[in-house]
Amino acid sequence: MSGTLPAGQAPDSALGATPRRARAQASAPVAADVALQNGASVHVERVTVRYVGTRPQSRPALDQVEVRIDAGEHVAVVGPSGAGKTTLLHVAAACLRADSGRVLIDGQEPWGLDARRRRQLRGRLFLAPQVPPLPPRQRVVTAVLAGRLPAMSLAGSVRSLLYPLGIGAARRALAPFDLAERMFDRVDRLSGGERQRVNLARALLAPARLWLLDEPLSALDPVRAARALQAMRQEATRRGVTLIVSMHQVEMALASFPRVIGLRDGSVRFDVPASQISSGQLSALYAQAQGEVPPDAQPDGQPPEEAGPGELPMVWR
Amino acid sequence: MSLHDSDPRLAHLPTRLIELRARAGLVVLGALALAVASFWSLDLQWSVLWSDEATKAMGKFAAEFFPPDLSPPFARKVALATAETLAMSALGTVLAAMFGLLLALPAARTHASALVRIPTRLLLNALRAVPELVWASLMLIAAGLGPMAGTLALTLHTTGVLGRLFAEAIENAPPGPAFALSAQGVRPAQVLLYATLPQIAPQLLSYTLYRWENNIRAAAILGVVGAGGLGQLLSYHLELFQMARTATVLLATLALVLAVDGASYIARRAMTR
Amino acid sequence: MGLLASSWHPLSERDPTARRRTAWLLGCLLLLWPLLQLTEFHPWRMLEARSLRVTAHFLASFVPPATDAEFLRLIARETWRTVAIATAGVSVALVLAVPLAFVATAALSVSSLAGRMAVWPAIVRQCTRALMVALRTVPELVWALLFVRVVGLGPTAGVLAIGLTYGGMLGKVFAEILESCDAHPTRMLLANGSGRVQAFLYGLLPQGATELTSYTIYRWECAVRSSVVLGFVGAGGLGQEMDSSLNMLAGNEVATILLVFIALVALADALSAWLRRMLR
Repeated sequence: MSGTLPAGQAPDSALGATPRRARAQASAPVAADVALQNGASVHVERVTVRYVGTRPQSRPALDQVEVRIDAGEHVAVVGPSGAGKTTLLHVAAACLRADSGRVLIDGQEPWGLDARRRRQLRGRLFLAPQVPPLPPRQRVVTAVLAGRLPAMSLAGSVRSLLYPLGIGAARRALAPFDLAERMFDRVDRLSGGERQRVNLARALLAPARLWLLDEPLSALDPVRAARALQAMRQEATRRGVTLIVSMHQVEMALASFPRVIGLRDGSVRFDVPASQISSGQLSALYAQAQGEVPPDAQPDGQPPEEAGPGELPMVWR
Repeated sequence: MSLHDSDPRLAHLPTRLIELRARAGLVVLGALALAVASFWSLDLQWSVLWSDEATKAMGKFAAEFFPPDLSPPFARKVALATAETLAMSALGTVLAAMFGLLLALPAARTHASALVRIPTRLLLNALRAVPELVWASLMLIAAGLGPMAGTLALTLHTTGVLGRLFAEAIENAPPGPAFALSAQGVRPAQVLLYATLPQIAPQLLSYTLYRWENNIRAAAILGVVGAGGLGQLLSYHLELFQMARTATVLLATLALVLAVDGASYIARRAMTR
Repeated sequence: MGLLASSWHPLSERDPTARRRTAWLLGCLLLLWPLLQLTEFHPWRMLEARSLRVTAHFLASFVPPATDAEFLRLIARETWRTVAIATAGVSVALVLAVPLAFVATAALSVSSLAGRMAVWPAIVRQCTRALMVALRTVPELVWALLFVRVVGLGPTAGVLAIGLTYGGMLGKVFAEILESCDAHPTRMLLANGSGRVQAFLYGLLPQGATELTSYTIYRWECAVRSSVVLGFVGAGGLGQEMDSSLNMLAGNEVATILLVFIALVALADALSAWLRRMLR
């Protein structure tokens, strides 16, 4: 279940500072055929991420986190606010450079590649941030079709701006989320929940084999949330895509995902099949100081904020 | 070091206020000194203005403007020159918006490395620094007399202005959509088209319309060095001391500037609706 | 939506606003044609053999820029003249603008203390504003041309042109700044019988002083650039030198003047930014 390192590769845990220039570290892909046909694998190896400008003694955003997710797996990441779920997803999506440790996506280390190859590697994944990243004045159809951009040429994407290419595909992607009729509306005419669903529909059009969804259900009511999650899981299974979802709805996570990772205060508390989780582990994960509201009673429509003490060193290219 | 430390009587006053007042006083003194030096060194002919014959000459001069020459053949010429000036300003602004956008991408901190950004910014600054009239004089050599030189001059100068404004708009755009697309491995040009531009398009249009207001004034005078339009007509008739015709050209210029100001204002208001 | 919207069924595969977009695009392209015609926009003419030769020859003469001592002395003198014209012009503008702004500010209106402004003061205020707009709208080059006719070639025409145009500009912005200040202290002073000048000095000026100074310094920097432009119609300074060098096609001199001009503008820009920072 948990993947092994590719043959001939010594565990490089002594890797201190991340490589600055293209250090030709592109290692051989893990079990090539499986990865290429199905999903992409993600190996997070002893990764530590610190907030920008904090002292070494203060708590890091991620502390020696070790996670191995193989091609085609469906994993839920749960934990209280500020646990580091978003940070973990961003590290796995190569948007965040770890201060120590390394990440392997499909057996390749993104920070050892040059910018162009890193962009190609990124083309294999899809990250849905917590706040739907849709330009307010753009139409839903264009916003959704933007998911296909990694596979489109520059000329094709310019043409698609004048007349959207693939309206049918956009409709098919929006249908599972009951948004097909809103296809030609502007994004700023949609509610928060509808925008979140559009963001998910984008994943269905992306040529990605790894889906990283950050709190994708936070603005949805329970019925819609369940339907959206089911739609994503069905598609992921059908395509063999690796699915990693961070969420607050613990019950739904346990019911829908075969494997659950619990994060708290930047470290992994448990990483087990859903069937083997005990309620003791769960309450320990979400244990609050006395008198605070337990997480299941959180009101919907309020995306919970990551209460981190500072900024994270995000990297775009 | 500051006044505050030296004089104990000032101890109860806020330090910053005193320093500010002292600094302001120095600046005003410096400005006054510069102004006095300027007036003294320029040898201005104030007497010319206040002397008796001067006032009479100015009165005669002003009287020659009325009535303005509104005969149909001349009015047609003025109308044509007005259209030419309007076209120069419009085309120059549109071209500058295109080139400005092309140069704004390599000039934006969010999209380009310092190696590309710094030369681009220098180029934009150089284009901006040279006034339209100077560009027009230079373009006359390459393009000959006529409105094309004026259009090119406006394009060059305004590209510098708009390029920098556009680059700043790109840098200040909300990063969310661009970040999500970059995370997917989308090419920077596509990120610009699908994430950044849709967010800043109204702002870019607003800047362009605002620049059009400036460019109509510039276009009206570029003709003075031979770049066509109302300016050429103005300087021609002024040199021949044909004041009535000059008055007509001036009226047309004023009307054109006010009209474009109004149109630009209405368009910008309509966009924010 | 109207005429151009196609009847759209939610499940159709056509973009409903495509027709409107195409109409807009065609409209803009259609507008482009007369623009190109009116401006005689034939850029390919610049690439013809004859004009290319002239351009190349001129560009080649830029290097090396003229650096003989006499020319440099001349340029140094003219640079100072340009700055002097700008400074004198802005001084004249201030002399014009301050009273105009004073009159135009509604905050100093005694009649409006009791409610609406009386008719006559309102008219005076509107006329002042109209005057400032008129001064601003006429391009300063036009003023310079007219003044050259009256007072002859030389810096006087330039100073007057800058003075009038910038007087209108400064007046309008001064009035706006003063209006955006909190009018309460001023109105209290007026209500208690102080004169308008005192109300201005003690009520409005302290609040607006930084902004007023900042804008004046910014306009001075613009005036430096303007005075170079005015030199092309005979107002003296760097502009006039560049005009004569261009007419002689003396590329090396033009190059020097351009470099000096860019340096001057950069210096004025830096000085203005520094001063404005210092006064914050």
